[in-house]
Amino acid sequence: MTAEAKPMALPHTSEEEDPREHLMHDPLPREKMNNMVMEAMTTAPLEYKIVVGILALLVGVCLFGAWGYMTMTGIGLAGVRRPVFWGFFISTFVFWIGISHAGTFVSAILRVFKAEFRRPFTRAAELMTTFGLAAGAMYPLIHLGRVWVFYFMVPYPNQRGLWPNFRSPLVWDFIAITTYLLGSTMYLFMPLLPDLAMARDHSTGWRKFLYRILSLGWRGSETEWRHLRTAIKIFAWAIIPVMFSVHTIVSWDFAVSTTIGWHSTIFGPFFVAGAIFSGVSAVVMVLFIVRSSMVNMKYFIRPEHFDALGKLVLIFSMGWLYFYFNEYMVEWYGGDATSKEVWHYITQGPLSWLWLLMLVCNIAIPWLTLWNKKIRRTPWAMFIITFLVNVGMYIERYLLIPGELARNRIPFDWGDYAPRIEPIIAVGSISLFLLLYAIMSRVIPLIPVWEVQEGQMAHAMKRVGKAKVPVVTETE
Amino acid sequence: MNETVHDENVGKWTMVIDLDQCTGCQACVTACSMENNVAFVGEADAAYGRGMHWIRVVREWNGEMPDLTADFRPVMCQQCGEAPCEPVCPVFASTKSVPEQINLQVYNRCIGTRYCGNNCPYIARTFNWFDYERPEPLNFQLNPDVTVRSRGVMEKCTFCVQRIRRGEEDANAEGRPVHDGDVTPACAQACPAQAITFGDITDPESRVAKLARSARAERFLEEVGTEPRVIYLKGNGKVVREG
Ligand code: SF4
Repeated sequence: MTAEAKPMALPHTSEEEDPREHLMHDPLPREKMNNMVMEAMTTAPLEYKIVVGILALLVGVCLFGAWGYMTMTGIGLAGVRRPVFWGFFISTFVFWIGISHAGTFVSAILRVFKAEFRRPFTRAAELMTTFGLAAGAMYPLIHLGRVWVFYFMVPYPNQRGLWPNFRSPLVWDFIAITTYLLGSTMYLFMPLLPDLAMARDHSTGWRKFLYRILSLGWRGSETEWRHLRTAIKIFAWAIIPVMFSVHTIVSWDFAVSTTIGWHSTIFGPFFVAGAIFSGVSAVVMVLFIVRSSMVNMKYFIRPEHFDALGKLVLIFSMGWLYFYFNEYMVEWYGGDATSKEVWHYITQGPLSWLWLLMLVCNIAIPWLTLWNKKIRRTPWAMFIITFLVNVGMYIERYLLIPGELARNRIPFDWGDYAPRIEPIIAVGSISLFLLLYAIMSRVIPLIPVWEVQEGQMAHAMKRVGKAKVPVVTETE
Repeated sequence: MNETVHDENVGKWTMVIDLDQCTGCQACVTACSMENNVAFVGEADAAYGRGMHWIRVVREWNGEMPDLTADFRPVMCQQCGEAPCEPVCPVFASTKSVPEQINLQVYNRCIGTRYCGNNCPYIARTFNWFDYERPEPLNFQLNPDVTVRSRGVMEKCTFCVQRIRRGEEDANAEGRPVHDGDVTPACAQACPAQAITFGDITDPESRVAKLARSARAERFLEEVGTEPRVIYLKGNGKVVREG
């Protein structure tokens, strides 16, 4: 458990700063912290119930109602048309898969790199992965012309000897997303065990029953901890390549095609950068909502966390622009006539206002604001900025899919796309994500208490001469 | 012209369209819709770009306003040897028929991802957005040899595969090989300018084989590498028009 104590790489004590601003240097007694988390989980005021009710209604009407109606009537209720065979649905799909990268990035990559600020919100981010995938994975079904035979895509043994076409990126997608969903759910569940056991010991009634089952008889013995740590470490490393592969494979849906504008070798890393950009932004949004709507959360989620995430958002904004510029640059240099038409359509055609809005949201706003520590430490400002980033990232996917399909090699067949029923279903899927999240926030401890406590034990103030220096002990 | 085409992709059935002969009259479009039970989508949907024609007459404009001339290019599925629609279909609904060397769409297998439609450089594929009604008495003109497609599936030109099979079966019954001219797709049959010729290119004496040797022969969007089985004949340079 203990190794030698070393000064922290980034001492965050400037003169005027109180180290107690940092969660890790502001410890509370264990029992008190447990009770705080339990209280947050069990408090469900009237407002919460109303919100959940509205969300459930939206999911019922906008998602399942509209989707059911479309299934009965025909996919023609959507705005897709020749040559724009994919539109809003696939954009939203890519968007959700992007959001789902947040959890793994925050939880696995920051864990592997031992970024201490991650501790209180790893679980909040992992939940986003699971529910983002749940919301996103519906779209490949929603957009099918004949969803009732979707199982043709599943490799199941059958008498006719028919298998899915493993050369098709859609089958790769299916496999990659399933892997990621299963992997990230397990990765969500494992660090949850000690907290579920804590909840079991602090509750009565149906909750006690539920947590007793879910905590798998966790007692907290040294062997159990050792196994858990090993398992988490293995999973944290293993899920990182899965995360990269998922969005790369989603990008191959486009990159392997012959369609001008999609046919690009840079799409893999470009999509991954964009996904993490929007995913980390979405984490900020969720943290803001959690912090301001749940009791006791102001202790756990602090300006320092918004600060750290803000820096990440800024970095990924730059990374995203780097790839976007590359993509533009190479197409421009290629000088292909159809490429020029595609770019002309997006940058100067009827969608150009979207393109400009995207540049403002994805580049101008983060670059102008996030360098400022004060802004990064203001949760509501961060909420607005990250919301706009996600608007920008959504537009990026929209321009990429129906935007680039609208122009092709045969000018006679150019055609503009306008969504019809799609935005209604998109509202439904956002509601589904929020609904699942809202319900889960009252069922499982949203704060990984043991991780916070472990972090607080590892951090201490050490006296060096006259100065007090924060130190952190390596725990793993 | 054939240098870049892989041997196995030198299609048996080939169509040659003489662009210098096409007048853009759209008779082929009509005949195709009748023969292949292509749905009528109605005015509103057609205006939105959901017309389902398997063949369409693409206009290619030459010159600058106001001195414009139009060339007409009837475009249907080019029955590519290296078809971009085939690898992307997750369920093998878009697939190659080996004996005929043409691309088929298995309607019963199609689940409607529409990926093939995005990936077709010729924009040759159409999708059944709804179940389209055929008001009386149009239902009586349905061709019994061709499947009526339901909503949610892709479809496209099949080179009138039902006529190919009919020609082969008739020849079989008479105990003879298929002769040039035994098989004529609806578009070729209807074309008043006789711009469309259809036949077996592996027979060096067939009309298509002779036409394919013409110096005017080219393939459409050849640079994509699809190795299409439709050959267009086009005079070099500008089409000269009087008046
Ligand atoms: S029927 Fe013949 S002339 Fe008329 S548009 Fe078709 S190919 Fe051209």
